[in-house]
Amino acid sequence: MPDTDSLVRLSDVHLSFGETPVLKGIDINVRQGEAVSIIGPSGSGKSTILRCITGLLRPQQGGIHVGDVDVQALRRERDLIALRKRVGFVFQQYNLFPHMSVLENLVAAPIKVGGVPRGVARDRARALLARVHMEHKTDAYPGELSGGQQQRVAIARALALEPELILFDEVTSALDPEMVGEVLTVIRDLVDDGMTCVLVTHEMRFAEEVSDTVYFTEAGRIVESGRPDQLFGAPRSERTRAFLQRAAGGAPARRRADPFDALLSFDPLRLAV
Amino acid sequence: MANDTTLKLGRAGQAPGARTRVRGVLRGVWRDPWFIVLLLLAVPALYLRVSGTTPVAVERLWYWWPALMRGLGMNVQISLLAMAMGTLLGLVVGAISLSPLAPLRASTRAYVLVFRNAPILVLVYFTTYVFPFEVPVAHWVLPFPDWIKVVIGLALPASANVAEIFRGAVQSIPAAQWEAAHSLGFARTQIFRTVILPQCLRRMLPPWMNLYASITMSTALASLVGVHDLVDTATVASNTVARTDFTILIYFTLLALFFAYCYPISRLTRYLERRHARH
Repeated sequence: MPDTDSLVRLSDVHLSFGETPVLKGIDINVRQGEAVSIIGPSGSGKSTILRCITGLLRPQQGGIHVGDVDVQALRRERDLIALRKRVGFVFQQYNLFPHMSVLENLVAAPIKVGGVPRGVARDRARALLARVHMEHKTDAYPGELSGGQQQRVAIARALALEPELILFDEVTSALDPEMVGEVLTVIRDLVDDGMTCVLVTHEMRFAEEVSDTVYFTEAGRIVESGRPDQLFGAPRSERTRAFLQRAAGGAPARRRADPFDALLSFDPLRLAV
Repeated sequence: MANDTTLKLGRAGQAPGARTRVRGVLRGVWRDPWFIVLLLLAVPALYLRVSGTTPVAVERLWYWWPALMRGLGMNVQISLLAMAMGTLLGLVVGAISLSPLAPLRASTRAYVLVFRNAPILVLVYFTTYVFPFEVPVAHWVLPFPDWIKVVIGLALPASANVAEIFRGAVQSIPAAQWEAAHSLGFARTQIFRTVILPQCLRRMLPPWMNLYASITMSTALASLVGVHDLVDTATVASNTVARTDFTILIYFTLLALFFAYCYPISRLTRYLERRHARH
Protein backbone atom coordinates (compact mmCIF):
# COMPACT_ATOMS: atom_id res chain seq x y z
CA MET A 1 0.00 0.00 0.00
CA PRO A 2 1.53 3.37 -1.01
CA ASP A 3 1.68 6.35 1.30
CA THR A 4 -1.68 7.95 1.89
CA ASP A 5 -0.20 11.44 1.48
CA SER A 6 1.51 10.49 -1.80
CA LEU A 7 0.80 13.06 -4.50
CA VAL A 8 2.69 11.62 -7.48
CA ARG A 9 3.31 7.95 -7.99
CA LEU A 10 5.09 6.34 -10.95
CA SER A 11 5.34 2.58 -10.98
CA ASP A 12 7.33 0.58 -13.52
CA VAL A 13 6.98 3.22 -16.26
CA HIS A 14 8.34 2.20 -19.67
CA LEU A 15 8.50 4.55 -22.62
CA SER A 16 10.24 4.39 -25.97
CA PHE A 17 10.44 6.74 -28.92
CA GLY A 18 10.01 4.36 -31.83
CA GLU A 19 12.65 1.67 -31.38
CA THR A 20 14.63 3.66 -28.81
CA PRO A 21 13.77 2.84 -25.22
CA VAL A 22 14.00 5.95 -23.02
CA LEU A 23 12.42 4.87 -19.74
CA LYS A 24 12.97 1.26 -18.68
CA GLY A 25 10.95 0.89 -15.52
CA ILE A 26 10.79 4.07 -13.42
CA ASP A 27 9.41 4.08 -9.86
CA ILE A 28 9.05 7.44 -8.17
CA ASN A 29 7.00 8.56 -5.20
CA VAL A 30 6.45 12.22 -4.33
CA ARG A 31 4.64 13.09 -1.10
CA GLN A 32 2.55 16.17 -0.50
CA GLY A 33 4.78 19.17 0.27
CA GLU A 34 7.95 17.36 -0.61
CA ALA A 35 10.81 18.61 -2.81
CA VAL A 36 12.18 15.83 -4.99
CA SER A 37 15.22 16.17 -7.25
CA ILE A 38 16.06 13.94 -10.18
CA ILE A 39 19.71 14.01 -11.20
CA GLY A 40 21.66 12.02 -13.73
CA PRO A 41 23.62 12.27 -16.98
CA SER A 42 22.18 13.76 -20.16
CA GLY A 43 19.82 11.50 -22.05
CA SER A 44 18.96 9.41 -19.01
CA GLY A 45 15.27 10.27 -19.40
CA LYS A 46 14.86 12.84 -16.64
CA SER A 47 12.86 15.35 -18.65
CA THR A 48 10.79 12.56 -20.13
CA ILE A 49 9.68 11.55 -16.64
CA LEU A 50 8.31 15.05 -16.00
CA ARG A 51 6.46 15.08 -19.31
CA CYS A 52 4.80 11.79 -18.47
CA ILE A 53 3.53 13.14 -15.14
CA THR A 54 1.57 15.94 -16.81
CA GLY A 55 0.38 13.86 -19.75
CA LEU A 56 2.50 15.55 -22.44
CA LEU A 57 3.94 12.10 -23.22
CA ARG A 58 2.18 8.78 -22.86
CA PRO A 59 4.31 5.83 -21.74
CA GLN A 60 3.65 2.44 -23.32
CA GLN A 61 3.57 0.68 -19.97
CA GLY A 62 3.32 1.37 -16.26
CA GLY A 63 1.16 3.36 -13.89
CA ILE A 64 1.17 7.12 -13.21
CA HIS A 65 -1.02 8.62 -10.53
CA VAL A 66 -1.38 12.25 -9.50
CA GLY A 67 -3.46 12.19 -6.33
CA ASP A 68 -6.19 9.70 -7.14
CA VAL A 69 -6.14 10.45 -10.89
CA ASP A 70 -4.84 7.67 -13.12
CA VAL A 71 -2.96 9.70 -15.74
CA GLN A 72 -2.59 6.71 -18.04
CA ALA A 73 -6.35 6.33 -18.25
CA LEU A 74 -6.99 9.93 -19.34
CA ARG A 75 -8.19 9.97 -22.93
CA ARG A 76 -10.40 13.02 -23.29
CA GLU A 77 -8.86 16.47 -23.69
CA ARG A 78 -11.13 17.76 -20.91
CA ASP A 79 -9.64 15.32 -18.39
CA LEU A 80 -6.06 16.12 -19.41
CA ILE A 81 -6.83 19.82 -18.95
CA ALA A 82 -8.17 19.11 -15.46
CA LEU A 83 -4.89 17.36 -14.65
CA ARG A 84 -2.72 20.13 -16.09
CA LYS A 85 -4.51 22.75 -14.01
CA ARG A 86 -3.19 20.89 -10.96
CA VAL A 87 0.36 20.45 -12.26
CA GLY A 88 2.58 23.41 -13.13
CA PHE A 89 5.46 22.99 -15.57
CA VAL A 90 8.56 25.17 -16.00
CA PHE A 91 10.70 24.56 -19.07
CA GLN A 92 14.41 24.75 -19.70
CA GLN A 93 13.89 27.33 -22.48
CA TYR A 94 11.19 29.27 -20.53
CA ASN A 95 8.77 29.05 -23.52
CA LEU A 96 6.98 32.27 -22.68
CA PHE A 97 4.51 33.48 -25.32
CA PRO A 98 6.56 36.12 -27.16
CA HIS A 99 3.59 38.09 -28.49
CA MET A 100 2.13 38.67 -25.01
CA SER A 101 3.40 41.01 -22.32
CA VAL A 102 4.56 39.57 -19.01
CA LEU A 103 1.18 40.25 -17.43
CA GLU A 104 -0.72 38.72 -20.36
CA ASN A 105 1.46 35.62 -20.13
CA LEU A 106 0.35 35.24 -16.53
CA VAL A 107 -3.37 35.91 -16.92
CA ALA A 108 -4.02 34.01 -20.18
CA ALA A 109 -4.40 30.56 -18.62
CA PRO A 110 -6.32 31.60 -15.47
CA ILE A 111 -8.86 33.51 -17.59
CA LYS A 112 -9.20 31.06 -20.48
CA VAL A 113 -8.64 27.78 -18.67
CA GLY A 114 -9.48 28.54 -15.05
CA GLY A 115 -12.46 30.83 -15.72
CA VAL A 116 -11.09 33.44 -13.32
CA PRO A 117 -12.51 36.96 -13.85
CA ARG A 118 -10.04 39.26 -15.61
CA GLY A 119 -9.67 41.70 -12.71
CA VAL A 120 -8.99 38.97 -10.19
CA ALA A 121 -6.51 37.29 -12.53
CA ARG A 122 -4.61 40.56 -12.99
CA ASP A 123 -4.42 41.20 -9.23
CA ARG A 124 -3.16 37.68 -8.61
CA ALA A 125 -0.66 38.00 -11.46
CA ARG A 126 0.75 41.20 -9.94
CA ALA A 127 1.11 39.48 -6.56
CA LEU A 128 2.89 36.54 -8.22
CA LEU A 129 5.25 38.86 -10.08
CA ALA A 130 6.14 40.49 -6.77
CA ARG A 131 6.84 37.03 -5.41
CA VAL A 132 9.40 36.33 -8.15
CA HIS A 133 10.72 39.93 -7.92
CA MET A 134 9.52 40.87 -11.40
CA GLU A 135 6.84 43.43 -10.53
CA HIS A 136 8.81 46.16 -12.33
CA LYS A 137 8.50 44.35 -15.70
CA THR A 138 4.74 43.82 -15.79
CA ASP A 139 4.28 45.36 -19.24
CA ALA A 140 7.56 44.24 -20.81
CA TYR A 141 7.66 41.62 -23.56
CA PRO A 142 9.65 38.40 -23.10
CA GLY A 143 12.11 39.43 -25.82
CA GLU A 144 13.12 42.43 -23.71
CA LEU A 145 14.01 40.33 -20.65
CA SER A 146 17.17 38.46 -19.72
CA GLY A 147 17.09 34.69 -19.48
CA GLY A 148 16.88 34.74 -15.71
CA GLN A 149 14.03 37.24 -15.78
CA GLN A 150 12.14 35.19 -18.38
CA GLN A 151 12.55 32.08 -16.28
CA ARG A 152 11.21 33.82 -13.18
CA VAL A 153 8.20 35.00 -15.19
CA ALA A 154 7.75 31.42 -16.41
CA ILE A 155 7.70 30.22 -12.80
CA ALA A 156 5.08 32.86 -11.95
CA ARG A 157 3.06 31.74 -14.99
CA ALA A 158 3.12 28.15 -13.77
CA LEU A 159 1.97 29.35 -10.33
CA ALA A 160 -0.89 31.40 -11.78
CA LEU A 161 -3.17 28.38 -12.04
CA GLU A 162 -2.55 27.68 -8.34
CA PRO A 163 -1.23 24.16 -8.96
CA GLU A 164 -0.73 21.55 -6.27
CA LEU A 165 2.66 20.64 -7.67
CA ILE A 166 5.27 22.15 -9.95
CA LEU A 167 7.66 20.33 -12.26
CA PHE A 168 10.96 22.09 -13.03
CA ASP A 169 12.75 20.82 -16.13
CA GLU A 170 16.42 21.87 -15.95
CA VAL A 171 15.26 25.42 -15.46
CA THR A 172 18.76 26.87 -15.02
CA SER A 173 20.54 24.93 -17.78
CA ALA A 174 19.96 27.57 -20.47
CA LEU A 175 20.96 30.48 -18.25
CA ASP A 176 24.19 32.41 -18.07
CA PRO A 177 25.96 31.55 -14.79
CA GLU A 178 25.28 34.93 -13.16
CA MET A 179 21.52 34.43 -13.57
CA VAL A 180 21.29 30.98 -12.05
CA GLY A 181 21.20 32.33 -8.50
CA GLU A 182 18.14 34.55 -8.92
CA VAL A 183 16.09 31.66 -10.32
CA LEU A 184 17.23 29.19 -7.66
CA THR A 185 16.30 31.72 -4.96
CA VAL A 186 12.74 31.81 -6.27
CA ILE A 187 12.53 28.01 -6.28
CA ARG A 188 13.98 27.80 -2.76
CA ASP A 189 11.27 30.22 -1.56
CA LEU A 190 8.61 27.98 -3.11
CA VAL A 191 10.02 24.89 -1.43
CA ASP A 192 10.16 26.74 1.89
CA ASP A 193 6.49 27.70 1.43
CA GLY A 194 5.66 24.00 1.26
CA MET A 195 4.95 23.74 -2.49
CA THR A 196 5.39 20.22 -3.80
CA CYS A 197 8.24 20.38 -6.33
CA VAL A 198 9.88 17.91 -8.66
CA LEU A 199 13.18 19.25 -9.99
CA VAL A 200 15.22 17.85 -12.81
CA THR A 201 18.51 19.60 -12.31
CA HIS A 202 22.24 19.71 -12.87
CA GLU A 203 22.78 22.03 -9.90
CA MET A 204 24.06 19.38 -7.50
CA ARG A 205 24.64 21.67 -4.57
CA PHE A 206 21.15 23.14 -4.90
CA ALA A 207 19.58 19.68 -5.14
CA GLU A 208 21.43 18.61 -2.02
CA GLU A 209 20.35 21.71 -0.16
CA VAL A 210 16.60 21.92 -0.92
CA SER A 211 15.50 18.33 -1.61
CA ASP A 212 13.85 15.91 0.73
CA THR A 213 14.56 13.04 -1.63
CA VAL A 214 16.99 12.69 -4.54
CA TYR A 215 16.73 10.18 -7.38
CA PHE A 216 19.73 9.30 -9.53
CA THR A 217 18.78 8.08 -13.01
CA GLU A 218 20.96 6.57 -15.67
CA ALA A 219 20.00 5.10 -19.03
CA GLY A 220 16.29 5.11 -18.30
CA ARG A 221 16.49 3.46 -14.88
CA ILE A 222 16.56 4.71 -11.30
CA VAL A 223 19.94 3.65 -10.01
CA GLU A 224 19.56 4.96 -6.50
CA SER A 225 17.35 7.18 -4.39
CA GLY A 226 17.46 8.49 -0.88
CA ARG A 227 17.86 11.46 1.40
CA PRO A 228 20.27 14.07 -0.08
CA ASP A 229 22.87 13.76 2.69
CA GLN A 230 22.96 10.00 2.16
CA LEU A 231 22.93 10.03 -1.68
CA PHE A 232 25.52 12.80 -2.00
CA GLY A 233 27.51 11.93 1.13
CA ALA A 234 27.63 8.14 0.95
CA PRO A 235 26.25 6.89 -2.38
CA ARG A 236 25.57 3.17 -2.35
CA SER A 237 26.04 2.63 -6.06
CA GLU A 238 29.37 2.79 -7.83
CA ARG A 239 27.67 4.51 -10.79
CA THR A 240 26.22 7.25 -8.59
CA ARG A 241 29.66 7.84 -7.11
CA ALA A 242 31.24 8.04 -10.59
CA PHE A 243 28.59 10.51 -11.77
CA LEU A 244 28.96 12.72 -8.73
CA GLN A 245 32.71 12.76 -9.14
CA ARG A 246 32.38 13.76 -12.79
CA ALA A 247 29.87 16.47 -11.87
CA ALA A 248 32.08 17.85 -9.10
CA GLY A 249 35.36 17.59 -11.00
CA GLY A 250 36.34 20.11 -13.66
CA ALA A 251 34.01 18.62 -16.27
CA PRO A 252 30.82 20.67 -16.10
CA ALA A 253 27.66 18.67 -15.66
CA ARG A 254 25.75 21.50 -17.24
CA ARG A 255 24.32 20.26 -20.47
CA ARG A 256 24.65 22.14 -23.71
CA ALA A 257 21.37 21.87 -25.62
CA ASP A 258 21.98 19.20 -28.23
CA PRO A 259 21.44 20.16 -31.87
CA PHE A 260 18.26 18.12 -32.21
CA ASP A 261 16.65 20.05 -29.36
CA ALA A 262 17.64 23.26 -31.10
CA LEU A 263 15.84 22.11 -34.24
CA LEU A 264 12.69 21.27 -32.33
CA SER A 265 12.53 24.56 -30.51
CA PHE A 266 14.08 26.91 -33.02
CA ASP A 267 14.52 30.31 -31.46
CA PRO A 268 16.55 32.85 -33.46
CA LEU A 269 17.08 35.07 -30.43
CA ARG A 270 18.86 32.36 -28.50
CA LEU A 271 20.96 31.28 -31.46
CA ALA A 272 22.17 34.85 -31.85
CA VAL A 273 23.45 34.91 -28.28
CA MET B 1 13.61 57.07 -40.97
CA ALA B 2 13.44 60.85 -40.85
CA ASN B 3 9.84 60.65 -39.69
CA ASP B 4 10.76 58.19 -36.94
CA THR B 5 13.32 60.48 -35.40
CA THR B 6 11.02 63.47 -35.60
CA LEU B 7 8.34 61.56 -33.73
CA LYS B 8 10.68 60.33 -31.05
CA LEU B 9 12.26 63.72 -30.51
CA GLY B 10 8.83 65.29 -30.22
CA ARG B 11 7.77 62.78 -27.60
CA ALA B 12 10.96 62.86 -25.58
CA GLY B 13 11.09 66.66 -25.55
CA GLN B 14 7.57 66.97 -24.12
CA ALA B 15 5.90 69.78 -26.12
CA PRO B 16 8.96 71.66 -27.37
CA GLY B 17 6.85 74.58 -28.61
CA ALA B 18 4.84 74.82 -31.80
CA ARG B 19 7.50 76.66 -33.79
CA THR B 20 10.27 74.12 -33.24
CA ARG B 21 7.83 71.31 -33.98
CA VAL B 22 6.87 72.89 -37.31
CA ARG B 23 10.54 73.36 -38.09
CA GLY B 24 11.16 69.71 -37.27
CA VAL B 25 8.40 68.57 -39.61
CA LEU B 26 9.69 70.83 -42.36
CA ARG B 27 13.16 69.41 -41.99
CA GLY B 28 11.62 65.93 -42.31
CA VAL B 29 9.75 66.96 -45.44
CA TRP B 30 12.93 68.25 -47.09
CA ARG B 31 14.55 64.87 -46.64
CA ASP B 32 11.52 62.89 -47.81
CA PRO B 33 12.31 61.14 -51.13
CA TRP B 34 8.79 61.73 -52.44
CA PHE B 35 9.07 65.44 -51.86
CA ILE B 36 12.36 65.52 -53.75
CA VAL B 37 10.82 63.62 -56.69
CA LEU B 38 7.89 66.06 -56.83
CA LEU B 39 10.28 68.97 -56.71
CA LEU B 40 12.41 67.52 -59.52
CA LEU B 41 9.25 67.23 -61.65
CA ALA B 42 7.62 70.51 -60.69
CA VAL B 43 10.55 72.87 -61.24
CA PRO B 44 11.20 72.01 -64.94
CA ALA B 45 7.43 71.85 -65.59
CA LEU B 46 7.02 75.34 -64.22
CA TYR B 47 9.93 76.56 -66.32
CA LEU B 48 8.44 75.06 -69.50
CA ARG B 49 5.07 76.56 -68.71
CA VAL B 50 6.38 80.01 -68.03
CA SER B 51 8.74 80.11 -71.00
CA GLY B 52 6.07 78.69 -73.33
CA THR B 53 8.47 76.12 -74.73
CA THR B 54 6.62 72.95 -73.67
CA PRO B 55 7.52 70.13 -76.12
CA VAL B 56 4.63 68.60 -78.06
CA ALA B 57 5.17 65.18 -76.45
CA VAL B 58 4.70 66.61 -72.97
CA GLU B 59 1.56 68.45 -74.03
CA ARG B 60 0.13 65.23 -75.44
CA LEU B 61 1.04 63.41 -72.24
CA TRP B 62 -0.88 66.05 -70.29
CA TYR B 63 -3.85 65.47 -72.62
CA TRP B 64 -3.72 61.68 -72.08
CA TRP B 65 -3.09 61.96 -68.33
CA PRO B 66 -6.76 61.44 -67.21
CA ALA B 67 -7.06 58.33 -69.36
CA LEU B 68 -3.81 56.99 -67.94
CA MET B 69 -5.09 57.56 -64.40
CA ARG B 70 -8.30 55.67 -65.21
CA GLY B 71 -6.12 52.84 -66.53
CA LEU B 72 -4.03 52.85 -63.35
CA GLY B 73 -7.28 52.77 -61.38
CA MET B 74 -8.16 49.53 -63.19
CA ASN B 75 -4.77 48.02 -62.23
CA VAL B 76 -5.25 49.03 -58.60
CA GLN B 77 -8.78 47.61 -58.62
CA ILE B 78 -7.65 44.29 -60.11
CA SER B 79 -4.72 43.96 -57.70
CA LEU B 80 -6.82 44.75 -54.60
CA LEU B 81 -9.60 42.33 -55.54
CA ALA B 82 -7.17 39.60 -56.60
CA MET B 83 -5.30 39.87 -53.29
CA ALA B 84 -8.54 39.88 -51.29
CA MET B 85 -9.85 36.79 -53.07
CA GLY B 86 -6.44 35.11 -53.07
CA THR B 87 -5.96 35.73 -49.35
CA LEU B 88 -9.37 34.38 -48.32
CA LEU B 89 -9.03 31.32 -50.55
CA GLY B 90 -5.39 30.84 -49.56
CA LEU B 91 -6.15 30.85 -45.83
CA VAL B 92 -8.81 28.19 -46.34
CA VAL B 93 -6.46 26.06 -48.46
CA GLY B 94 -3.63 26.63 -45.98
CA ALA B 95 -5.80 25.59 -43.04
CA ILE B 96 -6.84 22.40 -44.86
CA SER B 97 -3.18 21.67 -45.64
CA LEU B 98 -2.59 21.41 -41.87
CA SER B 99 -5.45 18.94 -41.43
CA PRO B 100 -4.67 15.61 -39.81
CA LEU B 101 -6.47 13.84 -42.68
CA ALA B 102 -3.98 12.73 -45.34
CA PRO B 103 -6.34 12.87 -48.39
CA LEU B 104 -7.26 16.47 -47.58
CA ARG B 105 -3.60 17.38 -47.20
CA ALA B 106 -2.76 15.71 -50.51
CA SER B 107 -5.47 17.63 -52.39
CA THR B 108 -4.28 20.99 -51.09
CA ARG B 109 -0.74 19.97 -51.95
CA ALA B 110 -1.84 19.37 -55.53
CA TYR B 111 -3.69 22.69 -55.65
CA VAL B 112 -0.64 24.58 -54.44
CA LEU B 113 1.69 22.75 -56.82
CA VAL B 114 -0.50 23.37 -59.86
CA PHE B 115 -1.09 27.06 -59.31
CA ARG B 116 2.37 27.97 -58.11
CA ASN B 117 3.97 26.29 -61.09
CA ALA B 118 1.78 27.78 -63.81
CA PRO B 119 2.93 30.94 -65.59
CA ILE B 120 0.59 33.73 -64.55
CA LEU B 121 0.09 34.78 -68.18
CA VAL B 122 -1.15 31.27 -68.99
CA LEU B 123 -3.59 31.43 -66.07
CA VAL B 124 -4.87 34.82 -67.23
CA TYR B 125 -5.45 33.47 -70.77
CA PHE B 126 -6.98 30.36 -69.25
CA THR B 127 -9.58 32.18 -67.16
CA THR B 128 -10.32 34.66 -69.96
CA TYR B 129 -11.00 32.14 -72.70
CA VAL B 130 -12.28 29.16 -70.73
CA PHE B 131 -14.88 31.06 -68.69
CA PRO B 132 -18.00 32.27 -70.57
CA PHE B 133 -18.43 35.99 -71.27
CA GLU B 134 -21.85 35.96 -69.64
CA VAL B 135 -23.52 33.76 -67.04
CA PRO B 136 -27.22 32.88 -67.16
CA VAL B 137 -28.74 33.09 -63.67
CA ALA B 138 -32.42 32.08 -63.60
CA HIS B 139 -34.10 34.60 -65.97
CA TRP B 140 -31.23 37.05 -66.18
CA VAL B 141 -27.99 36.94 -68.03
CA LEU B 142 -25.16 38.37 -65.94
CA PRO B 143 -22.16 39.71 -67.86
CA PHE B 144 -18.82 38.23 -66.86
CA PRO B 145 -16.44 41.05 -67.74
CA ASP B 146 -12.86 40.36 -68.74
CA TRP B 147 -11.35 42.30 -65.87
CA ILE B 148 -13.06 40.02 -63.35
CA LYS B 149 -11.66 37.01 -65.21
CA VAL B 150 -8.22 38.57 -64.84
CA VAL B 151 -8.91 39.02 -61.12
CA ILE B 152 -9.61 35.29 -60.89
CA GLY B 153 -6.58 34.47 -63.02
CA LEU B 154 -4.38 36.38 -60.57
CA ALA B 155 -6.25 35.25 -57.44
CA LEU B 156 -5.53 31.58 -58.17
CA PRO B 157 -1.71 31.80 -57.99
CA ALA B 158 -2.05 34.34 -55.16
CA SER B 159 -4.15 31.89 -53.14
CA ALA B 160 -1.63 29.09 -53.69
CA ASN B 161 1.13 31.38 -52.43
CA VAL B 162 -0.90 32.59 -49.45
CA ALA B 163 -1.61 28.94 -48.56
CA GLU B 164 2.12 28.22 -48.52
CA ILE B 165 2.87 31.39 -46.53
CA PHE B 166 0.24 30.39 -43.96
CA ARG B 167 1.37 26.78 -43.70
CA GLY B 168 4.99 27.86 -43.38
CA ALA B 169 4.14 30.38 -40.67
CA VAL B 170 2.18 27.89 -38.58
CA GLN B 171 4.92 25.30 -38.88
CA SER B 172 7.61 27.85 -38.05
CA ILE B 173 6.17 28.35 -34.56
CA PRO B 174 8.35 26.18 -32.29
CA ALA B 175 6.78 22.98 -30.99
CA ALA B 176 7.76 24.24 -27.53
CA GLN B 177 5.01 26.86 -27.77
CA TRP B 178 2.43 24.10 -28.20
CA GLU B 179 3.96 22.18 -25.32
CA ALA B 180 3.99 25.21 -23.01
CA ALA B 181 0.37 26.01 -23.80
CA HIS B 182 -0.64 22.36 -23.31
CA SER B 183 1.09 22.34 -19.94
CA LEU B 184 -1.01 25.35 -18.93
CA GLY B 185 -4.20 23.44 -19.71
CA PHE B 186 -5.16 25.16 -22.97
CA ALA B 187 -7.30 23.13 -25.37
CA ARG B 188 -6.02 22.59 -28.91
CA THR B 189 -8.36 25.15 -30.47
CA GLN B 190 -7.50 27.70 -27.77
CA ILE B 191 -3.79 27.18 -28.40
CA PHE B 192 -4.29 27.75 -32.09
CA ARG B 193 -6.34 30.91 -31.56
CA THR B 194 -4.45 32.58 -28.72
CA VAL B 195 -0.87 31.36 -29.06
CA ILE B 196 -0.13 30.18 -32.60
CA LEU B 197 -2.24 32.40 -34.89
CA PRO B 198 -1.20 35.78 -33.43
CA GLN B 199 2.45 34.82 -33.85
CA CYS B 200 1.75 33.60 -37.39
CA LEU B 201 0.09 36.81 -38.53
CA ARG B 202 3.20 38.79 -37.69
CA ARG B 203 5.39 36.37 -39.58
CA MET B 204 3.03 36.27 -42.55
CA LEU B 205 2.82 40.01 -43.13
CA PRO B 206 6.16 40.62 -44.91
CA PRO B 207 5.83 37.72 -47.40
CA TRP B 208 2.19 38.67 -47.95
CA MET B 209 3.20 42.21 -48.85
CA ASN B 210 5.82 40.83 -51.25
CA LEU B 211 3.13 38.80 -52.93
CA TYR B 212 0.94 41.90 -53.12
CA ALA B 213 3.67 43.81 -54.93
CA SER B 214 4.29 40.96 -57.34
CA ILE B 215 0.57 40.49 -58.10
CA THR B 216 0.27 44.24 -58.67
CA MET B 217 2.99 44.08 -61.27
CA SER B 218 1.28 41.12 -62.91
CA THR B 219 -1.87 43.20 -63.45
CA ALA B 220 -0.05 44.59 -66.51
CA LEU B 221 -0.90 41.25 -68.17
CA ALA B 222 -4.55 42.32 -68.21
CA SER B 223 -3.77 44.50 -71.23
CA LEU B 224 -3.12 41.34 -73.26
CA VAL B 225 -6.71 40.12 -72.91
CA GLY B 226 -8.38 43.40 -73.80
CA VAL B 227 -8.81 45.00 -70.40
CA HIS B 228 -8.41 48.78 -70.54
CA ASP B 229 -5.71 49.08 -67.94
CA LEU B 230 -2.72 51.40 -67.73
CA VAL B 231 -0.61 49.48 -70.25
CA ASP B 232 -3.48 49.19 -72.72
CA THR B 233 -4.19 52.93 -72.44
CA ALA B 234 -0.54 53.73 -73.01
CA THR B 235 -0.45 51.55 -76.12
CA VAL B 236 -3.57 53.19 -77.52
CA ALA B 237 -2.14 56.65 -76.76
CA SER B 238 1.16 55.80 -78.36
CA ASN B 239 -0.55 54.51 -81.56
CA THR B 240 -2.85 57.51 -81.73
CA VAL B 241 -0.22 60.19 -81.23
CA ALA B 242 2.28 58.27 -83.39
CA ARG B 243 5.39 60.24 -82.40
CA THR B 244 8.59 58.52 -81.36
CA ASP B 245 9.37 61.00 -78.58
CA PHE B 246 5.84 60.59 -77.16
CA THR B 247 6.14 56.77 -77.22
CA ILE B 248 9.41 56.95 -75.31
CA LEU B 249 7.96 59.44 -72.82
CA ILE B 250 4.77 57.52 -72.16
CA TYR B 251 6.55 54.22 -71.47
CA PHE B 252 8.89 55.98 -69.07
CA THR B 253 5.77 57.41 -67.42
CA LEU B 254 4.36 53.89 -67.22
CA LEU B 255 7.46 52.67 -65.41
CA ALA B 256 7.24 55.60 -63.01
CA LEU B 257 3.56 54.97 -62.24
CA PHE B 258 4.02 51.27 -61.51
CA PHE B 259 7.02 52.17 -59.39
CA ALA B 260 4.96 54.74 -57.50
CA TYR B 261 2.42 52.04 -56.63
CA CYS B 262 4.83 49.21 -55.80
CA TYR B 263 7.65 51.08 -54.10
CA PRO B 264 5.64 52.13 -50.99
CA ILE B 265 4.52 48.51 -50.63
CA SER B 266 8.08 47.21 -50.63
CA ARG B 267 9.21 50.01 -48.29
CA LEU B 268 6.48 49.07 -45.83
CA THR B 269 7.49 45.41 -46.16
CA ARG B 270 11.09 46.24 -45.30
CA TYR B 271 9.95 48.27 -42.31
CA LEU B 272 7.73 45.44 -41.04
CA GLU B 273 10.54 42.91 -41.52
CA ARG B 274 12.89 45.04 -39.47
CA ARG B 275 10.30 45.49 -36.75
CA HIS B 276 9.65 41.76 -36.67
CA ALA B 277 13.36 41.02 -36.34
CA ARG B 278 13.49 43.23 -33.27
CA HIS B 279 10.62 41.60 -31.34
